[in-house]
Amino acid sequence: MIERFDPLKGEMLRILHPDGRLEEDLRPGLSDESIRDLFQEVLFIRMLDQKALSLQRQGRMGTYAPVQGQEAGQVGSAFALGKGDWVFPSFRETGVLYMRGVPVRDILLYWMGDERGAKVPEDVFVFPISVPVGTHPLHAVGAAWAAKLQKENICTIVYFGDGATSEGDFHEAMNFAGVFQLPVIFFCQNNQYAISLPRKKQTASKTIAQKAIAYGFGGIQVDGNDLLAAYAAAREAREKALSGGGPTLIEAVTYRFGPHTTADDPTKYRKEEEIEEWKGLDPVIRLQKYLAGKGLWDEGLERKFRGEAEEKINRAVQEAETISPPPVEDIFRYTYSQMTPVLKEQLTDYQAFLKEKES
Amino acid sequence: MPKRNLVEAINRGLMEEMERDPAVVILGEDVGREGGVFRVTDGLQARFGADRVIDTPLAESGIVGAAFGMAVKGLRPVAEIQFEGFLAPAMDQIMSHIARIRTRSRGRFTSPLVIRSPFGGGIHAPEHHSDSPEAIFIHTPGIKVVIPASPYDAKGLIKAAIRDADPILFFEPKRIYRAIKEEVPDEEYTVPIGKAKVLREGDDLTLISWGAMVRETLRAAEMAEKEGVKAEVIDLRTLSPLDEETFLISVRKTGRAVIVQEAPRTCGLGAEISARIQETSLLSLEAPVERITGFDTIVPLLKLENHYLPTPERIVRGIRKVMAF
Repeated sequence: MIERFDPLKGEMLRILHPDGRLEEDLRPGLSDESIRDLFQEVLFIRMLDQKALSLQRQGRMGTYAPVQGQEAGQVGSAFALGKGDWVFPSFRETGVLYMRGVPVRDILLYWMGDERGAKVPEDVFVFPISVPVGTHPLHAVGAAWAAKLQKENICTIVYFGDGATSEGDFHEAMNFAGVFQLPVIFFCQNNQYAISLPRKKQTASKTIAQKAIAYGFGGIQVDGNDLLAAYAAAREAREKALSGGGPTLIEAVTYRFGPHTTADDPTKYRKEEEIEEWKGLDPVIRLQKYLAGKGLWDEGLERKFRGEAEEKINRAVQEAETISPPPVEDIFRYTYSQMTPVLKEQLTDYQAFLKEKES
Repeated sequence: MPKRNLVEAINRGLMEEMERDPAVVILGEDVGREGGVFRVTDGLQARFGADRVIDTPLAESGIVGAAFGMAVKGLRPVAEIQFEGFLAPAMDQIMSHIARIRTRSRGRFTSPLVIRSPFGGGIHAPEHHSDSPEAIFIHTPGIKVVIPASPYDAKGLIKAAIRDADPILFFEPKRIYRAIKEEVPDEEYTVPIGKAKVLREGDDLTLISWGAMVRETLRAAEMAEKEGVKAEVIDLRTLSPLDEETFLISVRKTGRAVIVQEAPRTCGLGAEISARIQETSLLSLEAPVERITGFDTIVPLLKLENHYLPTPERIVRGIRKVMAF
């Protein structure tokens, strides 16, 4: 597939069309039942994302980067990974985090400004969110390199946006990955905007996928709102990586329906008509259509699913909101492997201050 | 006279300088159409066009490195780095090139540019959005560091910075971006680079601060006054080069000093100030110089952030300690 769709010729992989039609000859090994299960994940992430937004609006959470519109690309690519693969997310990867086993409570905790939310369970190989843009592709490269040297049969995947491709570190990462033939997947979610800057002003390249060619490996553009295309490309990239074929760049063409973050006002830089156009390409709609056509989804099922999902989300919110506040020592505890004498002194002095304040 | 907050004052200063000098250009992420994420450059692209208020691709090193090339070639660029935490990718350009070109070329080439960046904590922002990295740049010979603490000074300082012959890192304390409104005249004026300001006079001790901590320090001074302590408060305004004279005169008068900085304690500007006081004024001192600072840790996210930031209460505690010595 990666070789079949040439980004230089403007070819983009799309398996599930916006009208719900599925290209059977391109269908990756996913049964209709699996597609339904994955659709439920997409729906769940959309609901979770909306909940996070409303918590922020109510002052119950800090700044949040919404994911609406990008769920299918995240679910599809994350589902293609193996248990031991390492994930290096950017800050708009709620869907990926959830798919890879980061507890919903922890996802919320982090955005509530509680850093305990960034401590993933031991058996989850998801790195903390990278807030700096475009610096973390190198980390995925290094981890893939280590896996190769350690003869571990895994790959790494790094998620980033179109804006990140302008950063120098992104190019260094691509170059290293190409030179050393590393088992890494670069998954670019081209959501058309880096805050206010439209994609066409980000790079003069016609596509982002074609940048891979300059670094000596394959790049493919996929419909990022197509769960199956994202899955198929990521699965092939993973197989390639694990069989010594080196890196792949996947450009998932998608759209951010919401603001950059809750601190952003997108009406400053994009028009309602543009959003409306993309609404027709919404990843949820086409999955609904396809599954309804197969008799695997209907309003009743959706209502039932939504009810259960809401309950699960509300439980996680409650857990996140009722957890006891992090102790002051946490500010100091993780600075070094052992707290230095100076840090101990600063902590002791601050605790004394808090005591004085109480009395 | 119009009242303006810090954002509006800097915006006004930028606008005036762009009117005055066609060589002044602004470049950065989201500075044009969006008018900056904090709206500091709001309306400037509409007024001066996309050639002079430039939305760049997302690349800090690109923005600052290109601004350097522009400055060398005769423009007066004002580069914006969206948050101080994202200065890191531009460090190579700043430290290896911008700060050194005058020396390297024996004065043949210079780099009269301004890098603006929102600075510091207190707005409950995500990671890398709340740092106070001024000491890194103060420690870099060849670049000046400026930080206003009031709208009036903000306008005057940004104008002076743009006209200055040397590269300037212009930090904007985002916590007080909209917290203070004061009279900022439309008329032409500048505030000199390298001059501190005595905000409040007092004989008992000297409080030295900068940026958003100035407001906290003034509050602490008021609290201390209720305890019978009259504090002199100095806003440094320029952190490099340091206006030693202003604070030394004050400390020689009061005999006591408390320095308030938001940044981590070790090797912060407070340490330099303290060293200079003891080097030059030891015999005037009635007590050791006290520092109230952030911790030597990463700035915590919002659930713990308020513990990190120095508060008037913590400053008063320092004042009491110095007064009781």
